Amino acid sequence: MSDSSTPAAAAHDAHGAHHTNYVKIWAILLGLLVVSVVGPMLGHPVLTMITAFGIAFVKAFLVIKYFMHLTVEKKYIGFLLLTMLAIMLVFVAGVAPDVMKHEGQRWTNNAAIDAVEKGLKEGGGHHGEHPAEAPRAEPH
Amino acid sequence: MSSFPRPIATTRSVTGISTGKLAVWWLIASEIVIFGGVLGSYVMHRIGHPEWASQAEHTNTWAGAFNTFVLLTSSLMAVLAHQAAEHKDGKKAAKFLYFTILGGLVFLVVKSFEWTNEIHHGFTLTSHTFWSFYYTAAGIHGLHVIIGLIIMAVIAQDAKKGIDLQRVEAVGLYWHFVDIVWIFLFPLLYIAK
Repeated sequence: MSDSSTPAAAAHDAHGAHHTNYVKIWAILLGLLVVSVVGPMLGHPVLTMITAFGIAFVKAFLVIKYFMHLTVEKKYIGFLLLTMLAIMLVFVAGVAPDVMKHEGQRWTNNAAIDAVEKGLKEGGGHHGEHPAEAPRAEPH
Repeated sequence: MSSFPRPIATTRSVTGISTGKLAVWWLIASEIVIFGGVLGSYVMHRIGHPEWASQAEHTNTWAGAFNTFVLLTSSLMAVLAHQAAEHKDGKKAAKFLYFTILGGLVFLVVKSFEWTNEIHHGFTLTSHTFWSFYYTAAGIHGLHVIIGLIIMAVIAQDAKKGIDLQRVEAVGLYWHFVDIVWIFLFPLLYIAK
């Protein structure tokens, strides 16, 4: 706690007598929150992606950098977290073709296609068929 | 000295980081895979199932936004508690930790009202896969909030007496991570409609 290797102490060393203004960071985060709520209301898909999801990454970055002090933490902590993110991405990349696509060169996921069609027809209804309960996909 | 042996996983350091804090970083690393797996699966399903938008439009954006504000503010309180602990001001650190706990409680109260309303409208865990993801992701997150509140209450009690102030930073790291998870849950569950 009191040794100079703690992030806060290191941050203090890095910035001299200046301390991080946490309230200012919080105010920026709130400003970004407002943008992420208002942006999607404009109804433009690209704007929604940027304001809702892009800003989420910015907010996460600010929390990681200024509240968790990761940038002044031991480097291997950053590598540890990045390794976990990479493992997660490997999982997503491996599963994505089966989940995101409903047909390929030699296969068709009829259950998923039916679920999408039925769901789009029903529109606002909230008791749509659970895709997992639909007939399983058959190759053709 | 107390009648119980002092835990060693607090200030001992062979890695350049106190063992207690290193344990929290490891915990966060494992949580990345847990939440990443759930959120990654959800994103893939949302892309593959455009019809889920008709389900997502029933979530309450304002409740989600308010809870984001609450968690961001509680994160500020947690980092101010850490700052106070760095200055060896245990009472001040405890005070900020109690404000952080208050934020977590407000979050849970809003969530409980929100879920009650949704369940009354027929949106349950089994009514649609969207809601399965919704309750699973937000439920696991809510469980982390509850666990964080309990741990923080214990640490605040000790911090008030000036005991083990290094734990304030450790629980703060955990709380910031819980905040980050919500930062991503909010647009995914409440904005993407």
